[in-house]
Amino acid sequence: MKKKVVSMVLSLAMVAAVVTGCGNSGSTPATTDTAATNDTAATTDAAADTASNDAAADTASNDTAADTASNDAAADTSASSDELIKVGIINNDPNESGYRTANDKDLKATFTEENGYDASFAYSNENDEQIAAAQKFIQDGVDYLLLSAAGTAGWDSTLQDAQDAGVRVILFDRVIDADESLYEGSIVSDMDKEGQTAVEWLKSQGLSEYNIIHLQGVMGSAAQVGRSGALTDTATSEGWNIVTQQTADWNAETAQQIVQSVIDSGTSFNVIYAENDDMARGAVAALDSANISHGVDGDVIIMGFDCNQWALQELLDGNWNYDGQCNPFQSSYISDIIKKLENGETLTEKTIIMDEKGFDATTITADDVKNYGI
Amino acid sequence: MGTKELKKSNSNNFTKIFRNQIFIPLAALLLLALFNLIADPSFFKITLGYNNLGNPVLSGFLVTILDSGSEVAILAIGMTLVTAATGGQDISVGAAVAIAGSVLLRVLCGRDTRPETLQAPIIVAFLVCCVVAMLFGAFNGVLVAYFKIQPMVATLILYTAGRSIAAWINNNELPIVNDPSFGYFGGFIPGIPIPTPFFIAIICMIVIGLVLKFTNLRLYTQAVGINENSSRLNGLNPQVIKVLSFVILGLCVAVVGLIKTSRVSSINYSVIAKDIEMDAILAVALGGNALGGGKFNMTASIIGAYVIQFLTQTLFKFNVKSTALPAYKAVVVIVLVVISAPVVREWFSATMKKLQTKEVA
Repeated sequence: MKKKVVSMVLSLAMVAAVVTGCGNSGSTPATTDTAATNDTAATTDAAADTASNDAAADTASNDTAADTASNDAAADTSASSDELIKVGIINNDPNESGYRTANDKDLKATFTEENGYDASFAYSNENDEQIAAAQKFIQDGVDYLLLSAAGTAGWDSTLQDAQDAGVRVILFDRVIDADESLYEGSIVSDMDKEGQTAVEWLKSQGLSEYNIIHLQGVMGSAAQVGRSGALTDTATSEGWNIVTQQTADWNAETAQQIVQSVIDSGTSFNVIYAENDDMARGAVAALDSANISHGVDGDVIIMGFDCNQWALQELLDGNWNYDGQCNPFQSSYISDIIKKLENGETLTEKTIIMDEKGFDATTITADDVKNYGI
Repeated sequence: MGTKELKKSNSNNFTKIFRNQIFIPLAALLLLALFNLIADPSFFKITLGYNNLGNPVLSGFLVTILDSGSEVAILAIGMTLVTAATGGQDISVGAAVAIAGSVLLRVLCGRDTRPETLQAPIIVAFLVCCVVAMLFGAFNGVLVAYFKIQPMVATLILYTAGRSIAAWINNNELPIVNDPSFGYFGGFIPGIPIPTPFFIAIICMIVIGLVLKFTNLRLYTQAVGINENSSRLNGLNPQVIKVLSFVILGLCVAVVGLIKTSRVSSINYSVIAKDIEMDAILAVALGGNALGGGKFNMTASIIGAYVIQFLTQTLFKFNVKSTALPAYKAVVVIVLVVISAPVVREWFSATMKKLQTKEVA
């Protein structure tokens, strides 16, 4: 009897999961019903003859522009409501991190109907689920597929399908192991450069000696490799002393423990290079409990990455010294690419590396905190 | 008294000590302490200093061990009961800590993620957090007790979903508490130089000690763990006991949630209390408790928790390369767990007895 109940509950849960799963990925806004047929027609055109289609699109947008010339700025974003550009966006789970949350928010703010887009979103941290979502989008006949892949491998056949169906693929945030011809472009952060910028800044501080506590992220992640590499190289060439180099797995508490153990052992240090903001925060908690001054005019220089809003606030308050940006705002770059492609232009380069800043506590302003904080 | 008899009583005593469950974790602790004493006695140095708020604080490796080990010790209390009653472990503890911490901050911060003042008294927030954590504990307990799902599988549900639930509770924002009094629970109370988490752990130990002494919880839990059917025939309700053990673990989770969030006055849903369930289970195993349920020794589990922290801190002290750290830890843990496994201990005492009888003969 009990077994029956259990199996009933389980099967019900499974059915529910399947239904909601389908429901989510299938829930494109209702307004697209009529537009959908137009769009698919347009994309087949595109596959057959891109140039003429682009010309057609141009004239169409010109026409509407003329029709609605008296309208406000919304109209000049190249499309009106009946010819939205259909985009399918596949992203990682927004709960993953503050970076991802900001990234998702940014995409949602850009790809709106007011800006001329009909966007559908799919989220997963699993590659196979993302591939399934991509295939669904291709079947739905989206114009553009925007992809932040969970894993680097296994995308070739799906992207080939997309190309055959005339869907143009733009990668953001993550790169994949696939032939360059399969996608239009990719927009990525250069983690090596982030590390380099930070280390250059550290060098420019001109300390008489460098005794560095190096708190690493999850070993092997792109961010860790890039940010660690720059420091390790420069430390060797400049003769900086790395007091300890430990992974705190992006975790504030572990970072706190590591720094605490260095303090306990009585080793002196004057720089904490934490590869994300959380770990820097943990390190600072350890310093505070040992009454070691830090930040601007302090004994210990605090460096973090990611530019969380609260972290930039710490900079503004002078508690930290440096925060390196990891730019989650790719959507403007993506929409630039789409506009170019829609106008029939070709892209000069496949890989676009975003501008990423490093903030210094002595020069940061309240506006920076607001604009760049995630 | 002849020398023979003396020898016999001596070795009897030795066997008795060795058979005592608490022997292994204590021996491990002494061994680690000895190792550190020989390698570098400064490990035991404790200094009295002042923190940035001007309050006296003790610092040193030993203090850090008491401080950080307390979280695992608190969880080990609940985990021991769950292990004893159900013969399985709860692997959702870390995720549940994330939920508890998230609820706590949600109540403290209200709608604003960075409020200047607390929106609710800490005690109220903590009580709400206790209730929520106990509910999630009860959820696990019901799955295990009434639906007869393997504990590890039942808690896998919360293990998978917990951190997302935690993020959802705060709309995926990161609340930060500015009130310094919230930091006391994971740091120091002004004027008292000993870290507060240790006090909290002591309180938990006293409470569970009193409960075990003055109620039948120990007897009932062990009875259910040893033989569910016969305990039912003796008038116990095994289901209730099992759910109860999970609810008590929920309470421990709430306390740890308070300490963890207080440490950094914030929360990171994806990494807070990451893998802490493994340390808690390890503490139970190190304490020589049978992971298949039945008899348990609470003190041994708690000492086991501090042994784990002692080991971690020793490895930190000797600056073991970060990538190699888990491997070192694993080796030591394997040795300790194997030695403290009931099978090995029985074999050992049997061999001792044999030797003894030979000697006597």
